[in-house]
Amino acid sequence: MRTKNTILFSLISTFFLIFLISIWKILATLQGLSINSLNIEIIFIFGFLISLAHLLIGDRIKSIYKSIIFSSIFVFCDGYLIQKLPIWYNVGVFLILYFFTNKISKYTFIGLKEEHSTQIILFDFLTLFGILFFSFVILFPFYMMLITSFKTQIALLVNPLDFSINFGQDIKDLFKSYFVIFKSYKFGKYIVTSTIVSVGTVIITLLFAIPAAYAVARLNFFGKTFLSTSILIIYMFPAIVLVIPLYTIFSQLGLRNSIEGLLIVYTATTLPVAIYMLQGYFKSIPKELEEAAILDKLSWFGIITKIIIPLSIPAISSVALYVFMIAWNEFLFSLMFLDNPNSFTLSRAIQYLSGDAETPRQYLMAGSVVVTLPVLFIFVYFEKYLVSGLTAGSVKG
Amino acid sequence: MNDTLANTEKKTAYILTLPAVLLVFSIILFPIFANIWISFKEVELKDIRIPEPRAKKIVKSISDEPTKIKILYKLRNSSLIQEIRDVSFQDNFPKNFEIENLDPRCSYEKYNLKCEFGNWPAKYRENFQVIFETNDGSKIDKKNLKSIKPKLDGKSDNILLNTNFTLKNFKKVLFENEFVDLLLTTFYYTFFGTVGSIIFGILTAQMVNQKFYGRTFMRSVLLFPYVAPVVALAYTWELLLDPNSGTLNSLLLNYQIIETPINLLGQKYIEISILGFDFKLRLALTTVIMFEIWRYFPLAFLFILARLQAIPKELYEAADVDGASPFQKFFNITLPQITAVISILFMIRFIWNFNKFEDVFLLTGGASGTRTLPINVYQQGFAISDIGMGSAVSIVIVVLLLMFMFFYFKLLGKRVDEN
Repeated sequence: MRTKNTILFSLISTFFLIFLISIWKILATLQGLSINSLNIEIIFIFGFLISLAHLLIGDRIKSIYKSIIFSSIFVFCDGYLIQKLPIWYNVGVFLILYFFTNKISKYTFIGLKEEHSTQIILFDFLTLFGILFFSFVILFPFYMMLITSFKTQIALLVNPLDFSINFGQDIKDLFKSYFVIFKSYKFGKYIVTSTIVSVGTVIITLLFAIPAAYAVARLNFFGKTFLSTSILIIYMFPAIVLVIPLYTIFSQLGLRNSIEGLLIVYTATTLPVAIYMLQGYFKSIPKELEEAAILDKLSWFGIITKIIIPLSIPAISSVALYVFMIAWNEFLFSLMFLDNPNSFTLSRAIQYLSGDAETPRQYLMAGSVVVTLPVLFIFVYFEKYLVSGLTAGSVKG
Repeated sequence: MNDTLANTEKKTAYILTLPAVLLVFSIILFPIFANIWISFKEVELKDIRIPEPRAKKIVKSISDEPTKIKILYKLRNSSLIQEIRDVSFQDNFPKNFEIENLDPRCSYEKYNLKCEFGNWPAKYRENFQVIFETNDGSKIDKKNLKSIKPKLDGKSDNILLNTNFTLKNFKKVLFENEFVDLLLTTFYYTFFGTVGSIIFGILTAQMVNQKFYGRTFMRSVLLFPYVAPVVALAYTWELLLDPNSGTLNSLLLNYQIIETPINLLGQKYIEISILGFDFKLRLALTTVIMFEIWRYFPLAFLFILARLQAIPKELYEAADVDGASPFQKFFNITLPQITAVISILFMIRFIWNFNKFEDVFLLTGGASGTRTLPINVYQQGFAISDIGMGSAVSIVIVVLLLMFMFFYFKLLGKRVDEN
């Protein structure tokens, strides 16, 4: 039992170490180092030996010294004997090993004897693995997007693995792609259009949704249940089945290639979820406040503007941010309705750029950064509000 | 008293909801019915432009005769396929103009030139010319003359409004258009995308539910793919997976894991042999599904995490007392607690992935065996320019969607009954 657990523990921790080192090696390769092999076998042997030695030594040596010794041995063998690599790479390896030996320092022979110890070890390492794996898998494309926008076409073709940026160069050269897309491709105009469309959608949606949500939440009228259920069902209908009829109607009305057309469609598609979210919140506001207001002879307009809106700022912010995000990211309708470059939104402009095979990829990525940054910024800054919007709006997306 | 109060309440409610209801109905419900109408018609993209009679006014002075002027109207039918009936023409002139030669189709009264041109066939063109002379011998202001625009009017058939219906579109969609293959691709895409995103959602939610340093940061990062614009992400992935100088292929080549680059988005099949069995994996479709999972697992994560945080701690404490292993805890406590969320998520995501257009369109454009139903709507309607066919495919989607929704609400209703 003890041997089996020991071997399992060493295996699991070794696989974790291999994963850590491999990610570091990939990142180092992308800085232009020529690392032609991940050396998985060697790391496997080292990792296994380190885990075993750690258990065997136990607490005869202070764990800090133990970590430093193990890390130094590993760095010496991997970074010096097997492949000669720069200092910063070896420092990284050292830190990884230090982190790793610290993580395994809480496991001892005694601990391994306990019930379910292998499962606990597996769970612990899987969590660590998951955190790193998902961070890497999610952030890597964003990282690549950003780096590519700072590179030149030739550099990208000569060595696609070189992600290093020369910060020594002139600011003008560094941000060349951005200058180009703003100057030659009119991205400044597209940003303005996108902003107008998104903010306009938010304002109109709120103007329409707040009164409607108030009516659904508070007033009794014939057709209320029908309305509130049909809101959700309507919301489930996808944009792709609306596209052809709307295209034909908009063509005949001359609404294509116009901001007004986009505003109408975006508002209509976000209204149901806005009403749904707001009415849920309005219902939670105590009724007594309004009853007092009615005694004061406030009209429904007064009630909404003086009582309901001030009390539901959090919900309204959620809806506003969510609608903004939807409108800013929207692609299908802007693809269908806009074919005149003068009325493009950012998303449509990037798609148009990519349609030309000659467009250098760094321009495309610079455009992508420009369209992504505002959304990510808003998301990180207002995360609390947006998450509740996302959860409520999640039936669609 | 009470009655009037209830009445005003009703009235207020209708006033408050009317704008929203009208907008949603006209932009969402009406098009769905319009789709049914169009799907039974033979309409092409070029048919939906309304034919217009147009006239370009050219003013020419006549040499040696400053009191005379020649006006040329270049008349044409804007449509290449449809005729315009009963074209009428009107133009105004200054109060001292006399016409010299009156066309038999026209009349000139009160300095107003009116013509009835009759019917114009498709592509019709005519150069129509009139000569005027001022009756008081004054000079002619050419600019002023040019600024007055003629008015034209005519009747034409709107293909969309006539009552010729055909079943051709549906026949083509269901029998000629590799319908089974299309449906299968769509179902693969939908099913594996949904299942994959839910599995990743469970894993990440379970992970973030533990305590570790940087947990709130991790939670934000996990939502990045879902909040970022799809256009940016799709092109980034395309570059990442590019067979010639994409990062992924370069890395794999660099570490000698593969010998030749793999075209992950452009290759329909890849042969894989596992344990002596040869499989044909649909490569591009798999890649597209991976992208879909990557983009939408955050949503499953968000839902499942919310549910996990609501599970009472006592359950786990009791399990610890009984000596349950982590896996037993996961399978016997966590999983049963989140099945309800998972089943709802599955239905929602299934419906949405079924209708997903942008992701596949941007990554492959529907090539290499990734043509799903929504992509087909676009291809039929706009690439082949057959609006009727596109509509027919939309209708197929709506019918399938209604079936899913029926099951969904039945399941939801059952769940409500149970609680």
